[in-house]
Formats: sequence, structure tokens, C-alpha cells
Amino acid sequence: MSEAGALAVELSGITKRFPGVVANYNVSLRVRPGTIHAVVGENGAGKSTLMKTLYGMHQPDEGSIAVNGRGITFKSPTDAIAAGIGMVHQHFKLADNLSILENIILGNEPVGRRGRIDSEAAKTRLTELAASLGVSFDVDDLVGTLGVGERQRVEILKVLYRGAQILILDEPTAVLVPQEVEELFATLKRLVAEGRTVIFISHKLDEVLRYCDEITVMRQGTTVATTTPSQVDRRGLAELMVGSDLPDPSGRETPIGSEVVLAVSDLSVAGAAAGAKLALEDISLSVRLGEIVGVAGVEGNGQFELCEAILGLMPLESGRVEIAGRDLTGVETRERITSGLSYIPFDRHREGLLLDAPLWENTMLGREDEPTLTSGPFIGRRKAEADAREIIRRFGVRTPSEQVPAFALSGGNQQKLVVGREMATNPMILLAAHPTRGVDVGAQAAIWEELRHARDHGLGVLLISADLEELIGLSDRIVVMFDGRVTAELDPRRATPELLGTYMTGEIQDREAAR
Amino acid sequence: MKNPRLQRAMVTAASSVLAVFVALAISAIILLITGKDPVKAYSTLFGAAGESRVLQGMANRATPLMISAAAVAIGFKMNLFNIGVEGQMRVALLTTAVVGAAVDLPPVLHVAFCLVVAMTAGALWAGIAGWLKVKRNVNEVISTIMLNFIALSLVAWAFDDFFRVESPTESLLVKTKELPTSAWFPDLVDRRLNGMFIVAILLLILFWVVVWKTKFGFRLRASGGNSGAARATGVNPKKMILISMLLSGAIAGLVGMRALLGDVHAYQNNLAEQQGFNGIAVALLGRNHPLGIFFSALLFGFLGEASGKLQLEDIPKEITTIMSGIIVLAVVIINEAVKRWDNRRIQRKATAEIEAEVKS
Repeated sequence: MSEAGALAVELSGITKRFPGVVANYNVSLRVRPGTIHAVVGENGAGKSTLMKTLYGMHQPDEGSIAVNGRGITFKSPTDAIAAGIGMVHQHFKLADNLSILENIILGNEPVGRRGRIDSEAAKTRLTELAASLGVSFDVDDLVGTLGVGERQRVEILKVLYRGAQILILDEPTAVLVPQEVEELFATLKRLVAEGRTVIFISHKLDEVLRYCDEITVMRQGTTVATTTPSQVDRRGLAELMVGSDLPDPSGRETPIGSEVVLAVSDLSVAGAAAGAKLALEDISLSVRLGEIVGVAGVEGNGQFELCEAILGLMPLESGRVEIAGRDLTGVETRERITSGLSYIPFDRHREGLLLDAPLWENTMLGREDEPTLTSGPFIGRRKAEADAREIIRRFGVRTPSEQVPAFALSGGNQQKLVVGREMATNPMILLAAHPTRGVDVGAQAAIWEELRHARDHGLGVLLISADLEELIGLSDRIVVMFDGRVTAELDPRRATPELLGTYMTGEIQDREAAR
Repeated sequence: MKNPRLQRAMVTAASSVLAVFVALAISAIILLITGKDPVKAYSTLFGAAGESRVLQGMANRATPLMISAAAVAIGFKMNLFNIGVEGQMRVALLTTAVVGAAVDLPPVLHVAFCLVVAMTAGALWAGIAGWLKVKRNVNEVISTIMLNFIALSLVAWAFDDFFRVESPTESLLVKTKELPTSAWFPDLVDRRLNGMFIVAILLLILFWVVVWKTKFGFRLRASGGNSGAARATGVNPKKMILISMLLSGAIAGLVGMRALLGDVHAYQNNLAEQQGFNGIAVALLGRNHPLGIFFSALLFGFLGEASGKLQLEDIPKEITTIMSGIIVLAVVIINEAVKRWDNRRIQRKATAEIEAEVKS
């Protein structure tokens, strides 16, 4: 159906302005059919805007789109779907209480006689599609019972079912463990082998270099380079994205202290439902002065409960929590915080920020008992504002002032603000959950630098992360959590993402085997 | 207008004013449909604003509205929707009427004692909903509605079976034993404007100081703004829920005091009826801010007071009730739309300022 030699997708001179912002400027993207084409760039580089243009979610102000060699304009995603373009969103849009089949045909149901849904016809087509993808599942299973990787495949099936020849995947590997990433790319390879085209949005450089055929790099709203994995290495690609030389990862400057700043012993926490298995089972771990202990694990294996238990936000079945030698089991959260505990939460929107409140109130949150920010029972607004300005300056938060509400900042700057607040108290022990999740490369480097700097000055860090590079690069020790237990303790100098993945999926659960 | 917070406050105020005008326009259409002349209706209505008697009546009617809106607003600040102000007020009314009449105290002290009794009774009744929420996670909307019904029936029964006194002079009116004059709250303008108006204003000022200027208020707003974030930073959400329910109930207890201590001086059926519910509308229009509540209460007070004038012009006074209803609907819709627009505006502005800074 495509003209011989035509590009699957050709975007030329695309410019998209939003009020006050030029999101895309003179962007060119040329995607050859039958390839996996990566679009990489920092957060805010304009990748999503560009993909929304290609998927018809909005119209470009300037420039043209050609699909299979023919110029075309999309008024809505419906037009894009009709032209054979499908999009797999980062956040799955699936209903847990419907079956795989129902989810896939939702909104596009094959209608049989008297307006009834012809499930059989849909099932036959779907089974064929699934077979061509090399996946097998019972299409009558509820989506709620599926794992993350399987859900993603359902999403892919959904767009294929609608006849997509060109698939856009928006940061598809953000939620996957290494093994699942490999499976995903095996699936994608099959798709391109059948003549389909994949546009793959990512900022994970390793997988881009490993699996993609061509790479287009975006920076500050425009495309700056198109290259192939054979022409560029990781560092070169990162520099193309950032536009300058990256800071070198620096090693330790000071030795780990001997004093234990956080000691958790035999910690058990009940499961969410009555009678469910324990969410945490006999966890023991310690963090010493100036030590970063990484916690690896697939999300939902007890990391959240571990933080909540240490903070005193969750009742314990048994066990003790000590900070700097002081037993804080059963003590209120606020007292633990004033005793030197800090927490960068898993989800900055849910647990970290007052989105509607100005930045200076956000940096005061949890610290309103500090005499430097208050006078008696009253808030010291001037003092709090000055303190906020200092945090903004020190952590390079990009904002017009400390008066703007937190929702006005980009994700990376919001995260820097939270990190800044939690480090501003000069804590002894920091629980850092995904400290650089969803932030751009520049902010990530800044946050890492602050963590290293604080560590060198004696801060103990419990680092929970899904970014295995981050864990290996920052940690002095790595423990792996699986199913509410610590199943391994590894030396980061010998750990690889693949090895960690093996423990994270529970393939090896023997603590001793790791040593 | 450099201060972004001031800018937002202006936008918020403007959206409420817009809502009032939209309501006026829709009410005009309703008047036209029913064959009445809206110009005549509005000139009659707002012409009344020149009369000092009407203005005094407006302030008098606004008094309980300010208090009950403050009760609702303190709950809202914590994301709690206390619909039970009516019931809390009713429990406080009977309790205060009975306890106040049973003691003998010097003048000022007696009034203060009555106010404390009212606040305690209201707080305890609201505390039931707070306790249910904290202990059993019962939604406070449901529990306060249910507690309203219970309060109404309980008070009616207690009044009828234990506390009512047949009045020798007004034989048709059954009341509780009359409060001694030492417990009467004096009028500012005789029989027109009661001194509780000053108490209501002081309460709004106190509300502003506590919620916006103190550590406690910050925790309250933080819990309401994002309970997850407040919890993670060591603010105990259950404690905050209980405290704010108790506070809300205590304020609710004061709603009926203008009627009880300033006017009737005894409990009777229908005393201060609906004033607990009307406070919800006032809080909505006033956007839970003391200044907004003050003006909204005056507006509602004015509509109530001036509606009588309409009847003289053969225009049904219910048009003001319709207008109040439309104002509330318009406020909810317009505020939401304006908030979205304003949020986008702020975000764009911040982005643009950052871009400009980077380029320079």
C-alpha cells in the first residue's frame, strides 16, 4: 500500500506554539518503513508535543506531515488511526474489570445481527494477531489479573486491532523490569519484520542504542541530530541530548563511617487486606554514617511499606526502628522527622507537594515547627520566603519566584524543590524513593550531585529506585526486595542490571547465593 | 500587581462577582417569561439599598450567615464537607436555652457562659461525625446529613416532653423558660440590628488569622490541600479531622445565638431555621475566605431583607430565593471554569518568565 521507497513518516518544518511557549520549532523527522526509530530527548525537549502532532491530537502551526509518501492533515486522532497510526500511551488506558477482549474492542465493537456484539469474530481476529505477535493469552482473562508487561502487550494489540501500521510508543519501558524490556523488544522486532514501523520515545539511552535502528535526538523543541547506534555511543548520545559535556560521575571522597544511623530489625507489617500475607516480613537492614544503601525491586514488593514503617505511618506487627541509636519504634512521625529523618516520597504529587500553594509554603511543609521559620504559634512568612529562595537557588529550581504555585513548575523542578526541602533540614538519614523519577538529565545530575555531596558529609541514604543505573552508580551496597522480604545483598561494583533483574523477579531468592 | 497571590485573589473575587451578575441576568429572563418587568423589579430591589432600615436588616440577617459560613469554611479548608451545621446549631440552641435559663450569673458573664455552652454543644454533636470518620472512616457528608435528622427529632422530642413551658400571654406560642435579661445580647440598633453582628465579624477575623497565619492553620490547609503530603510530613490526619470537626461544630453552635440571645430569648420551634444550610451557599459564594464570606453574607442578607419590597410592586418575592439558588449554581460553574483558565494562565506565565530568564 505504500509507494515504493517512500518514508513511513515524514515530518518537515513542524512548528507548534502554545501561548507563551514554542514547544516545537522547525522539527524534521524521517522514519523509514520497517524500522524501530527512536526519538530521544530530555523531558521538555518536545517529544510528546511532536508525537501528539503526529497522532492528530493537535494541529501544527507550520510544517507538513506525510505518511507513506502522501501529504496529509489530521484533524483528530480518528484521522490518524484511519491513516494507520496507533499510539501506545505511557499510562495504560485499560479497564481492570473488563476482559482482554472487551478492552481491545471497546469503542470499536464488531456489530453482529440486531446490534449485538459479535465476540466470536473479534476473538478470531485477535487470536491471529496475538499469534503473529508471538504472545499467547486467554483473551477472556480480566485485565486486572495481568502484570504490567502483559498489559502493555494488550495495549499494543489494541492499536494493531485497529489496523495500525505505524506504532508510536511513549516511554514504554518506564514501567518494565529488564527481562520485560527484552520481551517488549522481541515483540517490536516481530512487528517491524512484518513491515510495520515503530516510533519509540525514550530517554533511556542504553535500550535505545541496543534495540533501535535509527535515532533522532531532540533538544529544546527541535531535532538536533539523526544517527544510528553504530555511529554514536552512550556518552555521545547523552551529550547530544543535553547539548553540553556531562558532569563526570565522581567517586567517594570520604570513607563510610562506623556509626549506624538507621537500624531496622525484624520489621513485619500486615498486608492491606485482613488475612492477606504480610506486606513486610522480618526485614532487617542498616545504614551507616555517610553510606548509601540502594533498595532494588519491582514496585509493590514492600518498598513503600518499608518507608511508611520507618516513618511511623504504618502500624508494625513486630520489629524495631532506630535512628542514630535511639529507639523510635512507636514514636510519632513528626518526632522522627525532627530526630533527623527525611523522606523524598514515591510520588511527589501524591505525597510531596501542595500543588495549589506557593513554593514557600511547600518548602515549609513538615518544617513548620522549626524556630527559624516561625515565631511562636505564627508562621514567619518573611523567614519562610527567604528560606524558600535559598532552596531554589541552591538546587537550581527554575521558577520566576517563590510565590508561584507549585503546579506551575515542570516535573523536574518540582522534584528538585522536594529534594531541596528534604535536604534543607540537614537530616542524618534520608529515605529517597525514586529521587530522579521523571526528571530530565540535567536535573538528574544535579540531584545526584547533591546526594553525593551530602553523603560525603555524613548523610545516610536509603535509596529506593527503579533506575538500576542510578542504584548501581550511587549505592555503596544494594539490597533486593522481593515479596516483602530482603532476598539479596549485592556489591554494586559486581552487580549488573541483568543480575539485579534476576533477583527482582524472584528467580533467585536465596540470600546466600548472592554472596 | 506583582504579587501572584494577590492576583489570584482578585481573579477569585472577580469570578464570584461575575457569578452574581450571571444570576441576575438569568433571573431577569425568568421574570420576563413570567410576564414581569425585570427593570422595575431590580430598580425596586436595589433601590431599597438606600434605606438605612434595609441596611440594618441586611446586617442583622447576615449575622448568622457569616457564622454558619465560617463553620462550613473551616471544614472545607480541611476538605471536610460539614453539612451538619443545621443540626449542630439546633442541638446548641436547645442546650443553651435550657442551661442558660437554669443558671444565675451577672450580665456579661452570663452571655459569655451561654456562648461557651453553645459552642460546646455544637462541637460535641459535630464530634460524633468526626469520631465516626476517624474510627470507622464514615463519610462526613453522609453522617452529618443523618445527624441533622437525628438532631431535629431529638431536639423536638426533648423540647416537647421536657422543656416546653406554656406561655401565659402568648398561649399559641410554646417556648422554653425565658432567659433572664442578664443573658440577653444587646442590640446595636434597637429591634433592628443585634450586637452579635460584631461577634460575627470578630469571628471572621479570628478565622482569617488562625487559618492563614498560624502553624495550626497551615497544617489544616496542608491536610486539606494534599492529605498525603501532610501525612508524610508528620501531620496526623486523624487528629486534624477531629480538631477541624470540633472547631466547625463549635462555630456552628454560635449560628443561632443572634436569634436566641438577641431576639426571642427562649427556644421555640423553627428558631433560626435553615440558617445552618444557608451558610453552605454563603461559604461557596465567598470561596471559603473570610472577606468573601462577609460580602456574600451581606448580599444574601440584603436579598432576604429587600424581597419584601417586591411584593408591593406585585412581583413575587420568591424571585430572590430563585436568585440565591442560581447564584450558587453559577458560582460553582464559573469558579471551576475560571480556576482552570487561571491555572493555565499562571503556568504559561511561569514558563514564559523562565524562558525569558534563560535567554537573557
